[in-house]
Amino acid sequence: MKILVCISAVPDTTSKINFTADQKSFDTGGVQFVINPNDEFGLTRAVWFKEQQGAEVHIATVGEASVEPIMRKALAIGADKAFRINTHPLDGFLVANTLSEHIKTEHYDLVICGRESIDYNGNMVPGLIANHCNFAFINTCTSLTVDGNKATATREIDGGSETLETQLPLVVGAQKGLVEESDLKIPNMRGIMSARTKPLEIITPSSLETLTEDLSFEKPDSKGAITLVDEANIDQLIELLHKEAKVL
Amino acid sequence: MSVLVYLESENKAYKKTANELASYAAELANQLNTEAIGLVINNDQPEIIGGLNQIISVNNEALDTYTAEKFASLISVAFEKSGAQYLVIGSSADSKYLGGLISAKSSSGYIPNVIALPENIDGKTAFKRTVFTNKGYALTTPKTKRCIIGLSKNSFGSVRSDSGSRVESMILDVIDDPVSLISKSTVNGKATIADADIVVSAGRGLKGPENWHLIEELADVLGAATACSKPVSDLGWRPHSEHVGQTGKPVATNLYIAIGISGAIQHLAGINASKIKVVINNDPEAPFFKAADYGIVGDAFTIVPQLIEKLKAFKAENA
Ligand SMILES: Cc1cc2nc3c(=O)[nH]c(=O)nc-3n(C[C@H](O)[C@H](O)[C@H](O)COP(=O)(O)OP(=O)(O)OC[C@H]3O[C@@H](n4cnc5c(N)ncnc54)[C@H](O)[C@@H]3O)c2cc1C
Ligand SMILES: Nc1ncnc2c1ncn2[C@@H]1O[C@H](COP(=O)(O)O)[C@@H](O)[C@H]1O
Repeated sequence: MKILVCISAVPDTTSKINFTADQKSFDTGGVQFVINPNDEFGLTRAVWFKEQQGAEVHIATVGEASVEPIMRKALAIGADKAFRINTHPLDGFLVANTLSEHIKTEHYDLVICGRESIDYNGNMVPGLIANHCNFAFINTCTSLTVDGNKATATREIDGGSETLETQLPLVVGAQKGLVEESDLKIPNMRGIMSARTKPLEIITPSSLETLTEDLSFEKPDSKGAITLVDEANIDQLIELLHKEAKVL
Repeated sequence: MSVLVYLESENKAYKKTANELASYAAELANQLNTEAIGLVINNDQPEIIGGLNQIISVNNEALDTYTAEKFASLISVAFEKSGAQYLVIGSSADSKYLGGLISAKSSSGYIPNVIALPENIDGKTAFKRTVFTNKGYALTTPKTKRCIIGLSKNSFGSVRSDSGSRVESMILDVIDDPVSLISKSTVNGKATIADADIVVSAGRGLKGPENWHLIEELADVLGAATACSKPVSDLGWRPHSEHVGQTGKPVATNLYIAIGISGAIQHLAGINASKIKVVINNDPEAPFFKAADYGIVGDAFTIVPQLIEKLKAFKAENA
């Protein structure tokens, strides 16, 4: 089985988000980047397939040279080969389009994306890839097994879960649950050493078409002060929620 | 150049979110001086809601079970046939699954997590959407003639309720989906985090799973769904499906009550979209007090039982 894990580099979850003074872009100053958490679950599952069933695991990231440390980390975790598609990921369509081009030349059986990236929260890359490449698609995937050409997956739905079956080639949108959090792979020394010499290829995309444009960014209004209620006066809280906030 | 809105059905009736989606579509159409059309699939009573001008109703047994490819193909064809400029969809797990697929099939841009009607920026139509898991907003404009708007739940409100217009059936082909549904399990009768108007959530301050009866009782009185912080689900005190936050489920309810949760940035990011936040925590320095609208400093184990009793009395009085 040949697997591609699509990895996006996102601000660490503790980051405070700021925008540039002209409000035209995200201010990356002082921000630490990490592998998108949903992609981390997918990567660990891919490495599991490699170790348990035999698979070749590639990763791909659409981004400029600054994303390479994240890619090396993914190699250290266990991927065999990396591809950086050299352009700024302006929108989900551009990302999916350039990844699809790569997927078509490498003929993957399984493409693992995250359900969403926690930066621009696009929710669209895996679905777009599935359509561009004519692969089956399972989103919000919380378990995945592959037996020959047959894939069985569970998917989280609002208030429950579903079990689905399909044939490879397949794209999944991974999320928490796909592997146990305690099983998430952390790079060890040997992994880090070997990652240095693993291949990282740079690809120049042939099309930079986008379907949307972010014109500007804003931060949420800072919140007004909290109303504190004394613990001896719980009736007042109910009164406030009923009369002032009108939520009861 | 109308506005088409896909309104999800559940057990052959509208889902609760339909009214807000229809209201948004109607207001958007109003702004553009055009008509708003609802698209419903296998709904037994597709009456007009939220100020729509027309409903297109599709009925086909093959659509009784939801699979994404099948639904996305059908909705894309309806989008095409209707000649609409915008397609509005919701933010349920099923609808988010459709977004990218319909975008590809209809060659139209998809703008997810939208929270408001468009504004004009230098002659461009810009939709405000949340990015960085509620830590910021982007104003995004479509570059395609047609565009898909994914509306965030509880961001707009069910502002329109007038009704009275045409319902037309449409017959559309249903494709075979390469993905087939084997089984489905849902928690019946309990409010879910995705649908509930109120969510009662608790953190490590509750000390252990044996104390969760307090949270469940409080949720029962309020008709609320229960949720928890990440460490609580990591410790196995509660199921993973209750984990909310930046890396868990997003919460956008009318009322979010956080009990014994410190208010870490990753937690707040995922629940910030809720309208009213209440915190109960015995540490006045807990960061949640900076993010909430109402708060009580004190011990959850003395406050929550009283709150349950008083709410019961309140409910009885206001029933
Ligand atoms: C990559 C990453 C992603 C993360 N994603 C998420 C996420 O999506 N969601 C999430 O929730 N967290 C997430 N976290 C974890 C987050 O950083 C915090 O650790 C977590 O939210 C803390 O949970 P807590 O508030 O339940 O526990 P604690 O921080 O231990 O807080 C417990 C609180 O309970 C209060 N308390 C104690 N006893 C009582 C009492 N008797 N009565 C009232 N109050 C009491 C304490 O004062 C304290 O404020 C993430 C962390 C990382 C590193
Ligand atoms: N720049 C990128 N490079 C590679 N993969 C990406 C990139 N952006 C998004 N993805 C993948 O698509 C998934 C969903 O992202 P999004 O549609 O942006 O929410 C992510 O979890 C990644 O797997």
